[in-house]
Parts: sequence; C-alpha cells; structure tokens
Amino acid sequence: MTSAPRTAAPRPAAAPPAGGPRRRGPRRERQGPAFVFLTPWMLGVGLLTLVPMAVSLYLSFTDYNLFDAPKWVGPRNYTEMFTQDPRYWRSVGTTLLFVVVAVPLKLALALGVALLLKGMRRAKGFYRSAFYAPSLLGASMSIALVWRALYNDGGTVDSVLSSVGIHTGGWVGDPDLAVFVVALLTVWQFGAPMVIFLAGLQQIPADLYEAAALDGAGRWRQFASVTVPMLSPVLFFNLVLETIQSFQVFTPAFAISGGKGGPADSTNFYTLYLYERGFTDSHMGYASAMAWVLLVAIGAVTVVLFRTSRSWVFYANEGA
Amino acid sequence: MTSALHIPARGTRGARRILLHALALVVLLVLLYPLAWLLATSLKPADEVLTSLKLLPGHLERSNYTTALDGVSGVTVTRLLGNSLLISLGCVLGNVLSCSLAAYAFARLRFRMRGPMFAFMLATMMLPHHAVLIPQYIIFNKLGMVDTYWPLILPKFLATDAFFVFLIVQFMRGLPREMEESARIDGCGPFRTFWSVVLPLTRPALITTAIFTFIWTWNDFLTQLIYLFDPEKFTITLALRSFVDQSSTSAYGPMFAMSVISVLPIVLFFFAFQRYLVQGVATSGLKG
Repeated sequence: MTSAPRTAAPRPAAAPPAGGPRRRGPRRERQGPAFVFLTPWMLGVGLLTLVPMAVSLYLSFTDYNLFDAPKWVGPRNYTEMFTQDPRYWRSVGTTLLFVVVAVPLKLALALGVALLLKGMRRAKGFYRSAFYAPSLLGASMSIALVWRALYNDGGTVDSVLSSVGIHTGGWVGDPDLAVFVVALLTVWQFGAPMVIFLAGLQQIPADLYEAAALDGAGRWRQFASVTVPMLSPVLFFNLVLETIQSFQVFTPAFAISGGKGGPADSTNFYTLYLYERGFTDSHMGYASAMAWVLLVAIGAVTVVLFRTSRSWVFYANEGA
Repeated sequence: MTSALHIPARGTRGARRILLHALALVVLLVLLYPLAWLLATSLKPADEVLTSLKLLPGHLERSNYTTALDGVSGVTVTRLLGNSLLISLGCVLGNVLSCSLAAYAFARLRFRMRGPMFAFMLATMMLPHHAVLIPQYIIFNKLGMVDTYWPLILPKFLATDAFFVFLIVQFMRGLPREMEESARIDGCGPFRTFWSVVLPLTRPALITTAIFTFIWTWNDFLTQLIYLFDPEKFTITLALRSFVDQSSTSAYGPMFAMSVISVLPIVLFFFAFQRYLVQGVATSGLKG
C-alpha cells in the first residue's frame, strides 16, 4: 500500500527509454546477484517444501512404516480415513468445533481491548505490552500445564464454579468440556491480533470521525460506518491468520490430554491424531494422507475467506 | 471515540477516562492470574497446593526448586537449558542470515519471475507445517540426522520461515533508496551494498526476527518431540513433559518450579525487548 508512490517515482528516472536493446544490459547484470541472494531460500523451498510435498502426496497412496519400502495401496488410506475411521471424524469434529469457537472469541476480545486502548492517552504502551505477553507465553508447554491444573478436578476454576453451585467435576476430565480448555487457552493469547488491530485503528484518519460526527452519527454509528470498514483489511488479515493457525493447534492439546487426546478422544485434535498415526503407530502413509487433506482443507478455507472478503473488505486506495 | 469530538460535558470526560483505565486493569488482572498462579504454586508445599485456594503460599517451599534443578532422568536443568539455548541460538543465526538475504532480493533486486516467486513465498506462509513434516522426517532420517540438532537448526539456514522474509521485506521497502544508490556510485557491488549499507539499516527488523525466532524455537514442542530421543539432548520443554509423566499430580510444586524455570528466558526476553516484539507484530499486519 504505502510502497506504491515510492516505487513509482524513481522508475521512469532510472530507465527512461523503456524497451529496446539498452534495457537488457543492466537487467542481466542484476539477475546473477539476485539469485545468489536467493540461493538459501530456493534450496529451502525446493528441498524442504516442494520435494516433501510431492513425497507426502506419493506416500499418502502407500503403506509405509519407515523401515520397509513403501507399498503402493492406491487410495486406500483415503477411503479408510473417510469411511472406516470414526476416530478420524471425531478429530475433524473436535478441530472444527475448536476453530469455530476459538477464532471468533479471540478476534472479538482482541478488537474489544484494542478499542478500549485506542481512547487512552496515558499508559497505552504499558497495556499494549502487558496484553501481548500471553501471546508469547501461551505457546509454551508450561502454560498449557497451568491450564490443565486450573481446569482440572479441584482446580481453581472448578472450585470457583462449585462455590456458586455449578459442579463440573473439572473440565479436563469431561469429554464435553475438555476441548474448551484448549479453546480458552487460545483465546487468552489474543494479544497478537490485538496489537495489529490497535495499529490499524491508529491509521484511521481522524477527519473521518469528524465528518461522521458532523453528520450526526453517534458512537455506534461511527463504529459501524467508519471503524469497521476502515479496519476491514486488518480484520481480514487477522481472520485468515488465526484460522490457519487454529487448524494446526498441537502443543496445548498434547499437554492437556497428556499426549493421548483424551478423555474419550475429545481433545484428539487433527494434528494430534496425525502425530499418533504417523509417529506412534508408524503409519506414515496414513498420516501423509491426513496431512494432504489438511493442506487441501486449509487451502479451501483460505480461498473461501478470500472470496467472501470481496463483499466486506474495503480497501481505501482502491477507488482512488 | 476520538476524544475531541465526543461532546459529552467536560466533567464526565475525566470520569470516563478513569473508567477506561479501571476496565483495562480488571481485564489485565484476569489475564495475568494464571501467571501469578504458576509462580505461587511453584513455591507452595505439597499439602497447600490442592487444599488451599489462596494464591499466596503459607510458607515458601524452596525444595520445589532444588528438586526441579536436579532435572529429569539424571540430566540436570543446567544441561537442559544449555541444549535449548544452543538450538535457539542456532535457529536465530540461521533465520537472520538466510531470511535477510532472501528479503533483500525480493525488496530491492530485479530478477525474472520475481512477482510469482514472491507470491509463492507468501503462500508458503499459509502452508501447514504438517504437510511437510513426515517427508522432512524421512529425509533427515535417511541422512542419519535424527536424534541430533540438525533437523531443528538446518531448515532455518534455508529461509524456511517465510514470515520473517516477509517481515524484513516490508521493512526494507521503507528504507530510502538514496544510500544504496550512492554506495553503488561509489563502486560497491550488490554484496557490499547489502552487507555494509542495507543490513545495518535493517537492524530493527533483524532484532525482531532474532527475538521471535528465539522465543518460538524455545517454545516449540512438536519438532523437538519428533526428532530428539536421547534425554541428554532434550530441551527444557521436552524434559518438562517427561517430568510430568514421571511425577504424580501430588508433585505439583516441583513440576511448576520446573515450568517457571522453562519459561523464565521467555519472560526475560519479553521484558527486555517488548518494544520490538509489539512493533514487529503491528507492522506484519498492516502493510500486507
């Protein structure tokens, strides 16, 4: 966005007669070094991304236990996954439930706190950093263990709820509630999107609010007609990023269920089940098939989000 | 919401501001409670952990920490922290070097296929790690590198964290071009220009990359879980997990003492560099 005027200015000055043989000389001169700079990245993309993706696709049609040669089985892994594996569908359901609960809650909290901080003159920097802290710590094993203890039978949350007459017997041991422990831990880490929202809010020109106020718009109207449309690109960025990340949640699920996805598979998230099939049971082919379905699913969700974004994301510089 | 316009009577404005701060502080207290709980529990004697809801321990149980320092399966915490540190610093070096090289090419140099390659780089940011996890494991297994630190560190030297390439590109695009141009006129080749002119100017983005890489590597669990087997090579994160497996829930005190030790570096990093961290996150979301 901001780079557009900058790159536009020097270009005509640097190469006035575009086209013709003169252009080739300096261009070619620059190509070589560029590819030297890109060598590590290209090696990484080739050896650690593209080749593995191809290998993973191939393996997904095989039986492979890491020791014997892969045995071609055609689409069997996929048919088994889709038609004969209730645990697979359970993990899909758990993951979807988690994404649908955690992502909107997290973004709502992030936006709410960003709006709260936006109006402040003093101590904004302090709050910004303090609210961001859980985003870094929350990814650790330690904090996931804290969550397990807090939501366990007899833990703080259970005791507080019991004292007001709600007896849950601990969320961690309850197949209906365990997934929400992971969700709450994720929501707790709302600091990163909050910081992005706050930066976005600060870029909204004040005169838009002035104009709205002059037209008699109240606070809610200003929020709906100025803040939301001006913030929509940032909202979209956060939504895509958080959704993609949530599909891949692993560490908290592992910690809260002691690595087993329990109770009754209720925290057996997609990635946890993938890990179990691949690395615990040595069904690398099956796990590869799972990985490819995840890849396609995340790709599809991203495409859908981009499609729908056309109707609600507003880019200020588009019309100009 | 912008101050000047909301025309409420003058007197209420001060009250409103106090209310905002009060609200922010309440939210903050709720958020930080688990951290306080962690610290308090790590200092509680066993009989207090489960019976008392009070946050502050009745008396400080220092033996929790001495038990935790002994480590897991005969490997001391010092060793475990050293392992984590070695891996994290290796990853920091790799990411800073390789990502800044790639970023310079994308931000400043012209080459064929730049547009598509940049778009592809952005797309790899969205690629789920699990799609390449198994083949990467097989590759490193074939290379005899399983149960060494290579599978954890080597990928970082190949700019596999596209997020940081993107972050540095964004930063470099904001740098003035004049200095590079005068360096070129003075006879600097692209490498000299990169090393002596661009890289020093990019320092804030490099620091952000370094800090995030350090913290994310320190926190990372899945990769370490897959590649490391020998308890001597364990990181503090892996050791914490086996510590939990070995001790019963009654050993809450030592377990959370171990937890405190394992997040301590992140907390210290956070206090030292929070400005860069928050700034880094803010810019990553805005200029896309």
